[in-house]
Amino acid sequence: MSQLLEVSGVSVSFDGFKAINNLSFSIGEAELRAIIGPNGAGKTTFMDIVTGKTRPDEGRVVWGALSQSLLRMSESQIAQAGIGRKFQRPTVFEDQSVYDNLMMALKKDRSPWRVLSFRPQAEDRGRIEELAAEIGLSDALDRKSGELSHGQKQWLEIGMLLAQEPKLLLVDEPAAGMTLAEREHTTDLLKQAAKTRAVVVVEHDMEFVRRLDCKVTVLHEGSVLAEGSLDHVTKNQDVIDVYLGR
Amino acid sequence: MSRSFFARNPSVLIFIAVLALFTLAVTMASEAAGSGALSTSFVKTLGKTLCLCLVALAMDLVWGYTGILSLGHMAFFGLGGYMIGMWLMYARTESIVAASMSNAAIPPTDQEIVDAIGTQIFGVVGSSEFPPVWAFADSLWMQLALVVLVPGALALAFGWLAFRSRVTGVYLSILTQAMTLALALYLFQNDSGLRGNNGLSGLQNIPGLTGVPQADVSLWFFWASAFALGAGYLLCAWVVSGKFGSVIRGIRDDEARVRFLGYSVEGYKLFVFTFTAVIAGIAGALYYPQAGIINPAEIAPIASIYLAVWVAIGGRGRLYGAVIGAAIVSLLSTMFTGGQVPNLPLGFYTIHWVDWWQVLLGLSFVLVTLFAPKGIGGLFDLVTGRRSPERHGADLGPDSGSFQEKEAEE
Ligand SMILES: Nc1ncnc2c1ncn2[C@@H]1O[C@H](COP(=O)(O)OP(=O)(O)O)[C@@H](O)[C@H]1O
Ligand SMILES: [Mg+2]
Repeated sequence: MSQLLEVSGVSVSFDGFKAINNLSFSIGEAELRAIIGPNGAGKTTFMDIVTGKTRPDEGRVVWGALSQSLLRMSESQIAQAGIGRKFQRPTVFEDQSVYDNLMMALKKDRSPWRVLSFRPQAEDRGRIEELAAEIGLSDALDRKSGELSHGQKQWLEIGMLLAQEPKLLLVDEPAAGMTLAEREHTTDLLKQAAKTRAVVVVEHDMEFVRRLDCKVTVLHEGSVLAEGSLDHVTKNQDVIDVYLGR
Repeated sequence: MSRSFFARNPSVLIFIAVLALFTLAVTMASEAAGSGALSTSFVKTLGKTLCLCLVALAMDLVWGYTGILSLGHMAFFGLGGYMIGMWLMYARTESIVAASMSNAAIPPTDQEIVDAIGTQIFGVVGSSEFPPVWAFADSLWMQLALVVLVPGALALAFGWLAFRSRVTGVYLSILTQAMTLALALYLFQNDSGLRGNNGLSGLQNIPGLTGVPQADVSLWFFWASAFALGAGYLLCAWVVSGKFGSVIRGIRDDEARVRFLGYSVEGYKLFVFTFTAVIAGIAGALYYPQAGIINPAEIAPIASIYLAVWVAIGGRGRLYGAVIGAAIVSLLSTMFTGGQVPNLPLGFYTIHWVDWWQVLLGLSFVLVTLFAPKGIGGLFDLVTGRRSPERHGADLGPDSGSFQEKEAEE
């Protein structure tokens, strides 16, 4: 199987502290993957590296069929290449309407001149209404996103990701602070998205991961501790020692 | 511009209507119209104020919308003034020199005329040679092009260096202050080629219009300034109304997030910085012929700080706020510092407004920042009922996931 993203031998340290230590990881197209691990395991830092926010000290990050190195690309170039990211805390543009948030994310030419002359067509509006329906915000399109509830903001952010039509979606702790019903909706959204693209979900909550029903990678102290089905990794003694046994 | 543009931005129509009425009223009350209710010098003051409103608009775009607190935009304003000033001074001196030499027995050669102009213009700095920067001074069209090109090129070069290195926040503000200070200090030198601290003067005398009274000229410039402000307002409103406006406000609120959406934040900042510098240059080119004189003190760092204060007092992040702030504060400033406001005797001390105006202005800035962050423009929200959402960006702590204040309280 050809891999969409291949991370190999990546290390990064902050002031001498190795946050990521010789990490290798790969994911194929249209694959759903969960990454679990205790706090400080380096899950967010891993996403920072893939999306170009943090430059690793060593290692390779290779993307797509053309095997491009992501390490020489800027954040915006990486995003345009097809990697979308959802942050740990919901980051939507609170001062702008749900509609504007989605419109900004919609896959279109991103250069200033083109954006300046851009005026939404009927099909763009249609696409946004579709997305809004998917994330359950059809009635909130004209509301300022700052007025949304916490869960709705998380969904809006997922909707913005979908609007970008990325090939790979990196989702950092999407269920944090959500009610049970909201979590279920979120699982559905992610599983649906993973049918047509690769999705990597970082999550703390075991129940949530179980519901995702996918391959799991366990991260510990910046490297992979175990990989496999959830049942497989939860039986692994190392995993029990560092994570589950606590 | 479609009908829906005005439908979505009713404030634009209102603004244009108010500006048109104001222009009409001033025209009818001017000396040129035979009324004399407004003196020519006051018409000039109003015309200059409109130019300041235009540069405030640029400031609002770069600061209020994009979140770049540039404290150097008056440098672009001044450069625009210098560019037009060079032609005004050259062409007028040329006509004077030509007139005086035409009486000579032997007709002067072209070179003799140019030399005589040089002596006239650069005598004050002990020179008579034309420096290279005056190469195009004899051409109105070239100098008009430079009004746009010089501020634009400086902004492009400066912005490219600064934004590419991801200089943001207060560091960027300091850098822009350094830029305007460096430019002012350079221009102060006699050998900078722009007459050092003398600056360029006599700019109110428009070459070719010697027979036209200042009352008329002042009104023409007032119209030109009003037109430029109206056009600038339309253009800025158009820029911020669509997706471009969304993106730059996104950059202001969370630039990292905009990057991860695939927008080149640096490219957008450079675009806005340069665009607004060009607007500032045009505003300056209209301002200084009305002021009559430009010298390097005009682009001292404090000038750009004032610009930020106007926009803050007027209300940043809304175009009419910037205009209102610039108009009110600069007019008040003219009144107070011009001694038009009677001194206030307190018995034990007399408040001389000429001295105390700065203090009053500084105090209002602090008060507005603390108690009315939306500025004067915020008053309009009371009418229209526009409210901004509660913003509580921060997590309670890393371990509570994304719980925020409100959810945690519930
Ligand atoms: N920019 C940074 N500077 C210093 N230390 C950092 C930085 N980012 C992350 N770290 C450290 O790296 C480790 C991994 O962090 P992170 O990737 O956020 O973990 P998590 O798996 O909980 O998401 C933590 O110990 C954190 O303190
Ligand atoms: Mg994390």
